[in-house]
Amino acid sequence: MSHSNNKTEQVLRSSGVDVRKCMRCGKCTATCPAFDEMEYHPHQFVYMVEKGEIDKLAASKSIYKCLSCFACVDRCPRGVEPAKLVEAVRLTVIRQQGQNHFKADDIPAMLDEDMPQQLFVTALRKYSK
Amino acid sequence: MQVNGYTPKIVAFCCNWCSYAGADGAGSARLSYPENVKIIRVPCSCRVNPMFILRAFQRGADGVIIAGCHPGDCHYTSGNYFTRRRMALLFSMLDYLGIERERTRVEWISAAEGAKFSKTMNEFCDTVAALGENKRLEDLRCKQ
Amino acid sequence: MQRIGVFICHCGTNIAGTVDVKAVAEALSHEQGVVFSTDYQYMCSESGQQLMREAIREHKLTGIVVGSCSPRMHEATFRKAAAAEGLNSYMVEIANLREHVSWIHKDMKEATEKAIILGRAAIAKVHLNAPLQAGESPVTKRALVIGGGIAGIQTALDIAEAGFEVDIVEKSPTIGGKMAQLDKTFPTLDCAACILTPKMVDAAQNEKITIYAYSEIEAVKGYVGNFKAQIRRKARYVDETKCTGCGLCTEKCPQKKVPNEFNMGMDTRRAIYIPFAQAVPKVATIDATYCTMLKTGKCGVCSKICGTGAIDYTQKDEIIEREYGAIVAATGFNPIDAKVYGEYGYGTCPDVVTSLELERLMNAAGPTNGTLLRPSDKAHPHKIVFVQCVGSRCTETDERGKPYCSKICCMYTAKHAMLIREKYPDTEVYVFYIDVRTPGKNFDEFYRRAVEQYGVHYIKGMVGKVTQNGTQLRVQASDLLAGEQLHIDADLVVLATAIEPDKTARSIGTMLTASMDTNDFFTEAHPKLRPVESPTAGIFLSGVCQGPKDIPETVSQASACAAKVIGVLAKDKLTCNPCVASSDEMLCNGCSSCEKVCPYGAITYSDKEFRGPNRTTLIRRVASVNPAVCQGCGACTVACPSGAMDLKGFTNKQIMAEVDAICK
Repeated sequence: MSHSNNKTEQVLRSSGVDVRKCMRCGKCTATCPAFDEMEYHPHQFVYMVEKGEIDKLAASKSIYKCLSCFACVDRCPRGVEPAKLVEAVRLTVIRQQGQNHFKADDIPAMLDEDMPQQLFVTALRKYSK
Repeated sequence: MQVNGYTPKIVAFCCNWCSYAGADGAGSARLSYPENVKIIRVPCSCRVNPMFILRAFQRGADGVIIAGCHPGDCHYTSGNYFTRRRMALLFSMLDYLGIERERTRVEWISAAEGAKFSKTMNEFCDTVAALGENKRLEDLRCKQ
Repeated sequence: MQRIGVFICHCGTNIAGTVDVKAVAEALSHEQGVVFSTDYQYMCSESGQQLMREAIREHKLTGIVVGSCSPRMHEATFRKAAAAEGLNSYMVEIANLREHVSWIHKDMKEATEKAIILGRAAIAKVHLNAPLQAGESPVTKRALVIGGGIAGIQTALDIAEAGFEVDIVEKSPTIGGKMAQLDKTFPTLDCAACILTPKMVDAAQNEKITIYAYSEIEAVKGYVGNFKAQIRRKARYVDETKCTGCGLCTEKCPQKKVPNEFNMGMDTRRAIYIPFAQAVPKVATIDATYCTMLKTGKCGVCSKICGTGAIDYTQKDEIIEREYGAIVAATGFNPIDAKVYGEYGYGTCPDVVTSLELERLMNAAGPTNGTLLRPSDKAHPHKIVFVQCVGSRCTETDERGKPYCSKICCMYTAKHAMLIREKYPDTEVYVFYIDVRTPGKNFDEFYRRAVEQYGVHYIKGMVGKVTQNGTQLRVQASDLLAGEQLHIDADLVVLATAIEPDKTARSIGTMLTASMDTNDFFTEAHPKLRPVESPTAGIFLSGVCQGPKDIPETVSQASACAAKVIGVLAKDKLTCNPCVASSDEMLCNGCSSCEKVCPYGAITYSDKEFRGPNRTTLIRRVASVNPAVCQGCGACTVACPSGAMDLKGFTNKQIMAEVDAICK
């Protein structure tokens, strides 16, 4: 079932997750506090990565809704670590060349004196390529 | 099997419960391996005294392989764990003496793994043949 | 010098097809010591054996080499034939010319050469063979059963049935084990007590069975047929022979605040107690940690009230020593501590209970007298959530759970759900499952009945967390088939906790030198073909101590175990494998290396007197091997630094001779 395409491999490598360990119990999804916000839920992440459907996941808003609270990682009885997969899929999007997710022109509108300058620098570094 | 005019001599120590039965299994399934391999039956891989291996090299063996049950499956509960540790020590000593690491080997082959037995022996023969004749420890006084 | 006979078998064309058998027989006839060499069509046949026997007679052979199939096949046949002619059966060696030569090689020349070399190796070995006599050891005709649950009781009853004496050692005050705590049993829903207590009474009344309740195994020495066990009889502070079990003391004892372990701590008992009404032996026990008299010396109510004067505050632990021929481990299990699962709220929310606790809550003899009331406010629960696989089926490295499936949870959860729906039809029952595993006779039908007939809601998914929400429990769970996250306000949450071997199993395993796996289950001698024996001779396994089992399976294993024990006890003498290690006392330096590697504890050390120079005597510590215990693995022979230890039948010299013959 698993198309071993490049993206799947990249996600598996950067997350260090072995999706074959999953026994489909759904405890990750049962425990997820962001469930209502997500289109794809933690157990679906595991299953879809196994099937190689990275593009579907990358296009979904779900990857930005994950709170990275790691409740799923903590409670998974098989040690699968779904949150790391979400993070890895997020990284495939961020690391795409030439996407320019964040432009210098966007900054003035966001300025807020409580927000540290450092944050913009980091964001530019991360999202403008 | 002959390589460059010489026939590698390989001694295989097989434990009675797993690997010897595995060798029998290879035979029953007609899975061939080179006739250079001669099997000595021992009750357990932990019966293999490092002395036996030195003796084999002294008498002109080119490779020695020890085969036992998989870790955790030993008929005598813990024998193969001893084998694993003893052989790790012996092999590093042999390495020091100039006997290539590839000439010695420990393998776990269960009674059901006839195919693994034959595959292992084929590979091991090829490896040993590629290394050429072993003269390092050979005791010439034993040659008639 | 041996007089060796060589017999090369054709095995029809199996060997003769690839190996020039005549050439092999001819080549081997020139070997040193060979006085007779021949080939024959089928050596294993009656006439083949006859040929061998005639040759032994005619040529006064002292050693035999048979070139035939694998020794695993016909070694025993040829040994028997040699023995019939008065030749020691261990003077026979097999050269494996079929599995190791003819069946794997195609070239006749090469195969024949290899066959000759293997023949030479066998001849070289036979030269050094010595006649071996299988030793005999007597058998004590009594068995010890460790653990008095249903497994131990069944094993003991079956052994006693065959006419042998059995002792049951049980650490708690009564036999009965976990089954005594159960309410109903699946899949027939008959009451556990109704089927268990008659067996407990049978065991108590059986003349052949002695029950040592409230006792523990202190030490075990010896080997198959000849075990010696020390049993600690813990002080009950009640004379078992005088106590009639009237129970008056258990009603009058002023110390009322002792958590009742039989009811999983959900109610209290007195400091002097009888665990339950049908206890066997029905004798009161004083709990020394709570008894005011034993702690402060001021009370003595029970002693005053007892009509038979059975109370004895001065009683001490007593150690008795008994001899046994075989030992059965029936140490059983416990549910794991659900407190490690903080997300399920066990221990913090009173209405989260384990299945065994629910079992007591539904039992007529339990803390609620059989009415299902939740622990917090004693109200009827109307919505109950069952969580399966709590602590089962985790990764090997998981700190909280167990890697195995506990096997019984699917069925008992279906049972609980069904019983609740039957008794309280106004109750809604949800079962969260990962997989429903119900293989077994009438098991899946039972589970389907819970769904179809009783309307239990089975939801594929897991519970993520349970939190207290007012008087209710907020259960957050996933419904994987609907792709939903559920929030259920439940009145009671029941955790199907994993089971683990009893904590005492590990120390008992060490005493018995019986091997255990990483989960502390006893290992069987063979996972398929010898499932009720430990690899250590004379130790047998009954019930859950070997792996998770339900009651029907436990009882069948218990009976199988009894059959194996009877097999040992029915013999007057046990024949030992003569291929055992033995130590040369003159070479032994008493270093203990061999003792440490022996998996069976077969090696002991003793001080012996030796003649020293100038008429002096020396006392040296030397090893000796008990041939009845040694299984002949040879680990000690390699560990021995002085070369004193050797293995009969596979001596250092024999194996070296084989190596030499092969490398020549």
